[in-house]
Amino acid sequence: MINLQPYASPTYFILLIITLLPAMIALYYGRRLQIYEAVWTFGFLVLTFGGNKWHQGLALIFYVIFQLLLILLYQRYRKQHNSTVVFITMVLLSILPLVCVKLAAGLALQKLSFLGFLGISYLTFKTVQIIMEQRDGTIKAIRARNFLRFLLFFPTVSSGPIDRFRRFQADVVKLPDRDTYARMLDKGTQFLFRGFVYKYMLGYLFGTLWLPKIAQLAMAHRQAFHGLGLSWSLLFYMYDYSMYLFFDFAGYSMFAIGISYFLGIKTPQNFNAPFISHNIKDFWNRWHMSLSFWFRDFIFMRVTFFIMKKRLMKNPVRISQVAYLINFLVMGFWHGLTWYYIVYGLFHAVAIILNDVWLRFKKKHLKGLPHNSLTEGIAIFITFNTVCLSFLIFSGFLNTLWFR
Amino acid sequence: MNNEKKILQILNELTGTDVSNKRDDNLFETGLMDSMASVQLVVDLEEACHVTIPISEFDRNEWDTANKIIQKVATLQ
Repeated sequence: MINLQPYASPTYFILLIITLLPAMIALYYGRRLQIYEAVWTFGFLVLTFGGNKWHQGLALIFYVIFQLLLILLYQRYRKQHNSTVVFITMVLLSILPLVCVKLAAGLALQKLSFLGFLGISYLTFKTVQIIMEQRDGTIKAIRARNFLRFLLFFPTVSSGPIDRFRRFQADVVKLPDRDTYARMLDKGTQFLFRGFVYKYMLGYLFGTLWLPKIAQLAMAHRQAFHGLGLSWSLLFYMYDYSMYLFFDFAGYSMFAIGISYFLGIKTPQNFNAPFISHNIKDFWNRWHMSLSFWFRDFIFMRVTFFIMKKRLMKNPVRISQVAYLINFLVMGFWHGLTWYYIVYGLFHAVAIILNDVWLRFKKKHLKGLPHNSLTEGIAIFITFNTVCLSFLIFSGFLNTLWFR
Repeated sequence: MNNEKKILQILNELTGTDVSNKRDDNLFETGLMDSMASVQLVVDLEEACHVTIPISEFDRNEWDTANKIIQKVATLQ
């Protein structure tokens, strides 16, 4: 049986658009073909997780049933009760499959890897988010089919962007009028073509054509600078990898957003010119936004709220520092159980804490510091290089350079 | 003191500027508030106005000006 990986070949795009046409024509005439869309989703899930990837398909089925049961059970429970212990148990159960998969990958435990499938990291954000909102009472009644449609929304199933249930459901229910939908088709097409330029031209240039060659050069200099391998080639590697990471992922996100628009769903943006950020905080409002906003809303804000409400700490500066550390460490672990993902998380926690220290210092002592294109340029330059350094850590290349 | 005055006072203390005359200014875009300040705002509002504001209710777009915050608290009461 054939197997097609998401957005990976021209055949895939052609097949995607042709099979979507009935649903799109219906939307143009003000109707949503729910059954057709469900069948379409199922068909593409089979294409992605069937064939030689059938074991992933099995894992996905198991995962979806497990999460559905959790959500429905907790919904039932929440009608009468609201114990914190039950809530925490539910969240832990919900992330359990992902934890097993990450442990399996990080510690090479073959026994646990059968639970894994492409996209499990992203689906887990959706399920945890629903449980948290059920706890908060902002999601009261969720129907099985709406949950499944949200969880398995095919354009974003493999790597996001991470949507929110209430936002998504509102788009499903409220159909765009013809003008709005025409504009969405127009925008969606633009996204697709920008995605092609980003992922298959620029990403290909930086990633496939240049990166291996620069990596070779950098490896040739691995004894440089007291055996640390700090060379000009390594610096080029850092910049080239950063460009590749951005164009590849931003391009992919544009495909996912473009196809979502064709289905009348305004999937949130993932990138907003991250390399012109003027500080690290600004960067996280522009880079992988659906992820960083998820962390902001479901980790950072909840941790700070908990500490303040329980009066565990008084000093707001200290509270924010603790919350940043937890926030970015969890993000690091989510990427995977390797030293470089965890250091990447810590690096950003420290960077954002230092950024806050600087902002407070500036407010207090440097009132006269001018805001002009020069200071702005310096700020962007420092931020850009800090971010690229973090991506060098993230790339895992230092692991190869130092320890392999 | 009514809620409106209480909320404006909380916002003034939180942002370090007088927002009474800029009630439709976006507090996030002007850099007066961030996520940390939002949480502080939620905690302060819960105490001062006797409302419960679950963090899930805090959608930035619905809480980004003084006027919107005043309205939001009114609907939650």
